[in-house]
Amino acid sequence: MVETKDTDFRIDIGKDGIAVLTWDMPARSMNVITERVMGELGAFIDRLESDEALTGAIITSAKPAFCAGADIAMLLGAGKRYEEAARSDERAATAALFEDMRSFSNLLRRLETCGKPVVAALNGTALGGGLEIALACHHRICADDRAIKLGLPESKIGLLPGGGGTQRLPRLMGAGDSLKLMLRGGSLDPDRARASGMIDEVVAARSLLKSARAWVESSADPVQPWDKDGFRVPGGTPYSPSGMMTWIAGNALYRKQTLDNYPAQRAIMSCVFEGLQVPIDVGLRIEARYFTSLLRNPVAGNMIRTFFFSVQALAKGARRPGGIAKSRLRKIGVVGAGMMGAGIAYVSAAAGLDVVLLDRDKAAAEKGRALSEKLVRGRIKRGQASEADLKAVLARIEPGGDYGLLKGCDLVIEAVFEDRALKDEIIAKVQAVTGKSVVFASNTSTLPITGLAESSLDPERFIGIHFFSPVHKMGLVEIIRGERTGDEALAVALDYVRAIRKTPIVVNDARGFYASRVVATYIEEGHRMLDEGVPPAMIENAGRLAGMPVGPLALNDEVSLDLSHKIAAAAKADLGADYVATPRERIIEEMVVGRGRFGRKNAKGFYDYNEDGGKRLWPGLEELQPERLDPDTLDVSRLCDRFLAAQALETVRCLEENILEDVREADVGSVLGWGFAPFTGGTLSYIDTMGPARFLALCEDLKADHGARFEPPALLRDMAAGKETFYERYAPPPARAAE
Amino acid sequence: MTDCFIYDHLRTPRGRGKADGSLHEVSTLELASQSLIALRERNDLDTALVDDVVLGCVDPVGEAGSDIARAAVLKADYAQTVAGIQVNRFCASGLDATNLAAAEIMTGQADMAISGGVESLSRVGIGASGGAWPIDPQLAIKAYYTPQGISADLIATKYGFSRDELDAYALESQRRAAQSWSKGYFSNSVIEVRDINGLTLLDHDEHMRPDATMQSLASLKPAFAAMGDQAGFDAVAIQRYPEIEAINHVHHAGNSSGIVDGAGVILLGNAEAGEKAGLRPRAKIRAFANIGTEPSIMLTGPAIVTRKLLKRAGMSVGDIDLFEVNEAFASVVMLMMQELDISHDKVNVAGGAIAMGHPLGATGAMLVGTVLDELERRDLSTALITLCIGAGMGTATIIERV
Repeated sequence: MVETKDTDFRIDIGKDGIAVLTWDMPARSMNVITERVMGELGAFIDRLESDEALTGAIITSAKPAFCAGADIAMLLGAGKRYEEAARSDERAATAALFEDMRSFSNLLRRLETCGKPVVAALNGTALGGGLEIALACHHRICADDRAIKLGLPESKIGLLPGGGGTQRLPRLMGAGDSLKLMLRGGSLDPDRARASGMIDEVVAARSLLKSARAWVESSADPVQPWDKDGFRVPGGTPYSPSGMMTWIAGNALYRKQTLDNYPAQRAIMSCVFEGLQVPIDVGLRIEARYFTSLLRNPVAGNMIRTFFFSVQALAKGARRPGGIAKSRLRKIGVVGAGMMGAGIAYVSAAAGLDVVLLDRDKAAAEKGRALSEKLVRGRIKRGQASEADLKAVLARIEPGGDYGLLKGCDLVIEAVFEDRALKDEIIAKVQAVTGKSVVFASNTSTLPITGLAESSLDPERFIGIHFFSPVHKMGLVEIIRGERTGDEALAVALDYVRAIRKTPIVVNDARGFYASRVVATYIEEGHRMLDEGVPPAMIENAGRLAGMPVGPLALNDEVSLDLSHKIAAAAKADLGADYVATPRERIIEEMVVGRGRFGRKNAKGFYDYNEDGGKRLWPGLEELQPERLDPDTLDVSRLCDRFLAAQALETVRCLEENILEDVREADVGSVLGWGFAPFTGGTLSYIDTMGPARFLALCEDLKADHGARFEPPALLRDMAAGKETFYERYAPPPARAAE
Repeated sequence: MTDCFIYDHLRTPRGRGKADGSLHEVSTLELASQSLIALRERNDLDTALVDDVVLGCVDPVGEAGSDIARAAVLKADYAQTVAGIQVNRFCASGLDATNLAAAEIMTGQADMAISGGVESLSRVGIGASGGAWPIDPQLAIKAYYTPQGISADLIATKYGFSRDELDAYALESQRRAAQSWSKGYFSNSVIEVRDINGLTLLDHDEHMRPDATMQSLASLKPAFAAMGDQAGFDAVAIQRYPEIEAINHVHHAGNSSGIVDGAGVILLGNAEAGEKAGLRPRAKIRAFANIGTEPSIMLTGPAIVTRKLLKRAGMSVGDIDLFEVNEAFASVVMLMMQELDISHDKVNVAGGAIAMGHPLGATGAMLVGTVLDELERRDLSTALITLCIGAGMGTATIIERV
């Protein structure tokens, strides 16, 4: 940076005595709350209080956004300091953390009680601490722009709005509406924000400051409504008749949505509940206590590391080989217009790439393109896209049956059935047109890349790009390096994933790669429980209670049981004498061969699927159980442990076998790829949080009860002995400064 | 330990607990005090002998607040020396009031006491007193709070009671209650509630549906399905009982207890106090117990506390001639019968709350009176009274004729 401004705010004082505080942090594209920001804000409040010439203040920003929130690195730093201090004196460390966490909240309380009217002129998005500053102003005016987001997203990373957000927002919007927003970490556009009571005015961007000034000059009231006698919370306090109904249902809905796995959401509930019964100063103190408790809880740190820092680092190309020029992808080919191929075509076209979508014939390919139309129409309905967008996306997808169309493609991805012979045929047909220089990617989820690459003209330019279903919703892409895959192919694949704005992980080749292999352990654990006689509903609910998005049997139905049957058959053929039959074979064999139940695809699997979209467990499952256990004798938490431990353990094996090379990829892959209990931060963070020694003990215990699949690998024993965590042993390079 | 005897009991009729109910114009105070007056009058009782009045009330707020027992004592012109205390253990309050009053006598700390309970659901309303359990996230979430109707449906789902079975049970309650009324079994225990001029406001239980049939019950819609789905309570119940895929919503207005207004009182005392008052003891309180149970399914307490009580009393199920199990919901009674293997012939023989209604804080005392009358009429000896209770509890009492 050539320019070195030494302040984060600019202060302009008009003849009318109104100070305009313009937030414009040097060397940053976004304003965030740092210690220096708090210092300058504090000094400004001092001046506003003491300088009699000042009649009021306007706070605005010179960046496109108002403020994106607190500097997360600062918060994590506070958490780290606490952790270290707590080792010697936990009580003192907690007290210090509590005081530390109150400083921003105290600052904002001083702002709203300074005696001079302060108005927030929100020129752009205000999130988290940014919105909390605005809430502590006496009046909030926002520019009229639908793209502006106003919200409190803290709960998404395991935190709560600790700058008074849990106190002021319910006092403006009522408990019910504010909770809905804070619990999902959502945001509102300016019009909705005004209708809800979050802000007071929406005006044209050009008259923002004028309106702010006008408010200070005319009606300025420097006392917040909650500091006046007779203040009533919209919708009533918790023990008013209407309030009671809100809370009785709210507690249940909280549990329904979170399964009580998310301490931040739970803390927000209590902050609002307890805070609305007392004056705001007490409420702010209560909020700080809960905020402190969240920083002491590993969930927040794990979620921040995985969902914030690691996702960002991977998306920015942490695993991209150096020294290779950025590939210029303009046109890609997708062969196979089924569900996966159609989804890949859509996300590519939506990101601005031209797509050739091939199938047996043009009609079949057009069916695949229809998915794009359906998805964009959905976005139009929700006000997220226009007819012009639809036209542009469809224009970018050329459906056809002629391989000649692939000429000029910069990358070709095949997404045909998982059939080795078919894939070989496709590879030959594609490369007859593209030659060997164009990178060829397979979207296989089960066939080893190294083997497939042998059929291609140049194994160095052959790679796996494994998408997850549904492609348009899932943020992760698993890139698989075959034994001979070269750096250039990897760079092209990473550049492509970046272009379609998804998060890549890079893994080495082996059966099932990383994601499918680990997910399979979850499904298998479900099969085993079924075989043991656990009630089917309990298996499914335990999966969800453990934090998984769906039960193992439902998941198996989605990926289809006949596929499981085929994979098992293939593994059996490959492994020969080494193959160990499991209860899953017996169950899958009976389901697929004996009962003709293939999963959701034929509306008959572990569930029966109704025409109205609902599903119920197939009552016949009980016939598959040699015995049926009394649920009152079963420990659900043990079932949950089995589900998570099986997956974490398989992840350790993947690391040990060098299928995984980066702990961040293990965690990010697990939470984004198949929704592994997000509150844990991922499969390896799950182990690190309890500590490898305790995890080892859990595995030994599970092995004793449930068999050799819980046998801890040498790597885990080694780490437990050395009291080392995965993030210590495989410390990723330090993240670039977050912005 | 001193024996505690039951000398008399009576109750008001149960009025429909709505604005069109016959007792809606009668205050909680009036329900309780008319009961106390009737008890004094018909026993020609010198109230100076009474040490304490213990009344159960589940929503003791507003007109029912600030110690309704002492208020009723004063309104009924009892001797000034008669104290009053209001107690609350949700639906068992009336039985717990009796147990606590009995405890005062059995330990020799009082000679004579009146127990009972009062509730005007039409005037105060269920849940009017709020409380942390359903509302404070710190408890509601931890305890898997679900409303009782969901808990009752959860019991039916978990233990496999079908809608038809529950409806058949409900129909039998109606039949028994109708028979008890028509044959005059309640004539000695139910008083009239009167207005200030002495005119009768209500002299019978007005919630009963003696003409109900399986068909008419089948037409009633499940009462808790929408609540379970939309407010998330089914999900909460399933998280606590994950062996269940979906809650089978089988309870409705016809197989759940009726919402009614009413009061009931019992005159208790030791032998000397009874002699002094010139009264004949009818039964003695043999034993009682309380227990806490899993709060989310909530209503499984009766069988659990019965086992505890029988063990403490050195008795077995076979020693009990008649059972009163409050008919909060049909599944609660059916679970009790199933768990302890008790024949329906011995349970709620005079009809129960599904037919006559459940005036929350008063019900426990009413059940004691009903079953004592039935013991006498059938010339049997021993009865056990139990109720399911909010937040997962059970209270049970064994009485024995003397």
